[in-house]
Parts: sequence; structure tokens; C-alpha cells
Amino acid sequence: MANVATSMTLEEIATSLERTLATGDDELRAAAIRESAVLLQIGETILERWIEAQGEVPTDKLREGFRLLALQRQGAKRDPSFNACRETCRELVYHHNLLQHEPEHPKTAQRIRLAAMVARHLALFVGGKLEVAGLGEFCCSSRPLHAQDAVAPSGASTS
Amino acid sequence: MAGKYRKVAYYPGCALEGTGHAYNRSTKAVGKALGLDLVELKNWNCCGAMEVKNVDPKLQTYLSARNLGIAEDMGFDTVMAPCNGCYHNLKKAEYDLSHDAASRDVVDRLSQKAGHKTYEAGQVSTIHALDWIKESVGEEGLKKRVKNSLKGLKIANYYGCMYTRPRHIFPEKDQGPGSESTAKPHFMDDLLAAAGAECVEYPLKTACCGGAHTLSDSDTSTKLVLNLLTTAEACGADVIATECPTCHTGLEMHQARAEKVFGRPTKVKILYFTQLLGMALGLSARKVGVQENLSDARDLLRARGLG
Repeated sequence: MANVATSMTLEEIATSLERTLATGDDELRAAAIRESAVLLQIGETILERWIEAQGEVPTDKLREGFRLLALQRQGAKRDPSFNACRETCRELVYHHNLLQHEPEHPKTAQRIRLAAMVARHLALFVGGKLEVAGLGEFCCSSRPLHAQDAVAPSGASTS
Repeated sequence: MAGKYRKVAYYPGCALEGTGHAYNRSTKAVGKALGLDLVELKNWNCCGAMEVKNVDPKLQTYLSARNLGIAEDMGFDTVMAPCNGCYHNLKKAEYDLSHDAASRDVVDRLSQKAGHKTYEAGQVSTIHALDWIKESVGEEGLKKRVKNSLKGLKIANYYGCMYTRPRHIFPEKDQGPGSESTAKPHFMDDLLAAAGAECVEYPLKTACCGGAHTLSDSDTSTKLVLNLLTTAEACGADVIATECPTCHTGLEMHQARAEKVFGRPTKVKILYFTQLLGMALGLSARKVGVQENLSDARDLLRARGLG
């Protein structure tokens, strides 16, 4: 089963998620409400690591009722390419809602595992972003991280 | 709506002449089978891709604008780009030319320097291959033409990150019923379901594949792709359908690498949605280039009576 503490590193989070994925169906079903809350909090902790790395204080505000979505928005403010994880966060919220509202659903164990996989994707994405931060552009669909510093080579000058 | 894009300009882009050749081949084959005309842009150039954009975004705007200008000169008001990167860049150029005077100045200056007319925003609409089929033939039209149903094939549809982001360059999306959703895209799901496939709920349909990490940090890319693959398998998918050559190549390449480097084999097959649609329309696997894919789906397709 997953656990979370706000001080957890991304590696510790990944290990915790692996534990959830390896847990049997019956155990997952019995802890559906708790697991959904823990997975949502794991998502928040992952985003906190990114925001703190930018030298900012993670927000306590809610967006559409969820801190996770507010944190995602905060994380994307200085880096539009961070929006590549926007829908991943929304999927985590969606699975949280499914589990909270239908904990007895026949697919509960499957839903918990999918939520854990979504959280794992978020951790991998943020981990990758942290690793390359300062080295260059991670996401090809965004503007350069340091657009104002970008100097076009003479052959490609637009001026 | 049906019949809207029966004849459009076609911008294949660089990837479809290289690693994405099977996408080019299957897109053209599907168009022919559906009676749709694709007229390739004459003397097209790179859209600016990520390389140019990262160095000089306005130069990318010019490069994409030049392609839009060629479409206009050829008498078209619509250009279809099957590659997510190209589609994104042409849309971005259109947006920049509409909203940014500095971009207009740069495009005008470079166009004059290159000796061609300056493209002005609003003359040519850019559509994706999904829009093209959805709005020219539609699900009902497709159902009527299906000769070899995809029934029994479970598909996770993977749209990648550039088909819907950033939202502001896709003003036609999120316009209510019938339009594409940026939060939860469904056009590929709709078309493949019309061809008989069972599209599974896939929570990572627009998640990052780590494409831009591929050379600088391959392990991160492989881990991201491995999670996409294992999640698709957990959803019950036999196949991941793609609509972008970069995503497709990344999934295939890192599927092989995940097995080799991390000892994590996965069974899910990766096919372009146009390959799947083509086979549903009665085309052979060879005709839609299945043999060109790194992810060898031929046994699976034969077992399902396809291709």
C-alpha cells in the first residue's frame, strides 16, 4: 500500500507507488478511500518538489476544489512546458473522484492501480524536468525556458 | 459536416519522409480508399520543428507561414498535416501572425528577402489527419465502408502532447458537442470505434512520452514510455494507436530499449491509426506499411483476420 509524507523524495514516492501496484485486489478494495486520498497527496508532493526547486513556496490554494490542480498551475507559471502534465493531474483527480464516490465498485482495485500508474507518470515527468532544468528545453511544444537569453546563430537571424 | 474536406492541400513534413514513412503511406492509402484527394504542397519546407523553434521562435513562424502561403498560392484554403509537430507549428504560426505584430514583421521581412509573397493570417486553415477523416467522411460514412471490422481489437488511443497544447492555438477545439476536446481528445477513439474497435479508457492519452529527452536522457524517455505501455496493457489494450510520427517512433524505440536495458518486455503493439483504418477498409497490412513498423504486429493482425 502507498504511503506519503510531505518530505518524501521522488524516489521514495516511486517505491511507494510500486508497493501499491504490487498489492492484492482484496487489500486494495478494502482501503479504497484511504488509497485514493494518499494517491492524490502523492501527486501534490510530486508537484511541491518541482515548485520548491524553482525557489517558490507551494500554494495552499485550491483550483476546482483541488490543491493538486492549483499546484500544477503554479508550476506552469514560469514554464509553460509544465502544462504537459496538466491532463495527467486531471486524470489523478478523476480517479480520486471515482474511488471516493464508488469505493465498492467492481473495478476499484483496477482503478487504484491506474491512479498509481498516472501518479508514477507524474513523478517520472517531474523527475525528468528536474534533471534537465537549466540544461535546455525539455518540452518541444513550449517556448524556450530562457527565451530572453536565446541568441539566434548568425545564419538563422530574423533581425 | 460530411464532405467538408474532400480535397485538401497535403503537408507531409520531414518525419513522414523518414521514420514516419508508414504513416505517410497509410494516410495516402486511406485517403484513396475513402475517395479523398490529397494534393501535396509544391516545394514545401520544414515547419521549423523543435530545433528551429528553440533557437528562434520567429524563424519557425516564418518557415511555417511559407508553407501556408504555398497552400494559398495553389488555391487551397485548407492544409492537412498528419504530424502533430507540423500541425502544431502551422497552427502556432497562424496564431502568431494573427496576434503578434513582431511576428508579422519578421515574416514579411524574410518573405521579401526570399522573394515570395508574405502569407497573411486567415487565408488557410490547418487541420490534422483526424479532422480530415472525421469531417470529410465521419463515423457513419466510415461504418458504411468498413470491409474488415476491427471487432475484438482493444485499442488505447495515444494523442501525445502537441495535438492539444497550448490550447489557445486551437480555437476550434472545446466548442461543445462535435468538436475535439483538449482535456480528453476523442476523435481517434471515435474513428476507430466506427471501424469496429473497442477503445479502452486510457488515462495517459495526452501524457508526455519524453520525446525531447530521447538523446539527452534516454533512460527517462524509456521509463516514461514504459509507463505508457504498461498502463495501456493494464487497461486491457492489444494495440496503442498513434497519430504522430514522433510519438510513434518513440514508443517503438523505447519499447525495445525497455526490454533490452531494463529487462521489462511489453506485448502491446503500436500502430498508426491510419494503418488500422486502412485495414478496416480492406487494405492489406503491406499496403498500409505494417512491415515498416519496428513493433511487429503482423502475428496479432493475422490472428484477428486483419491485413
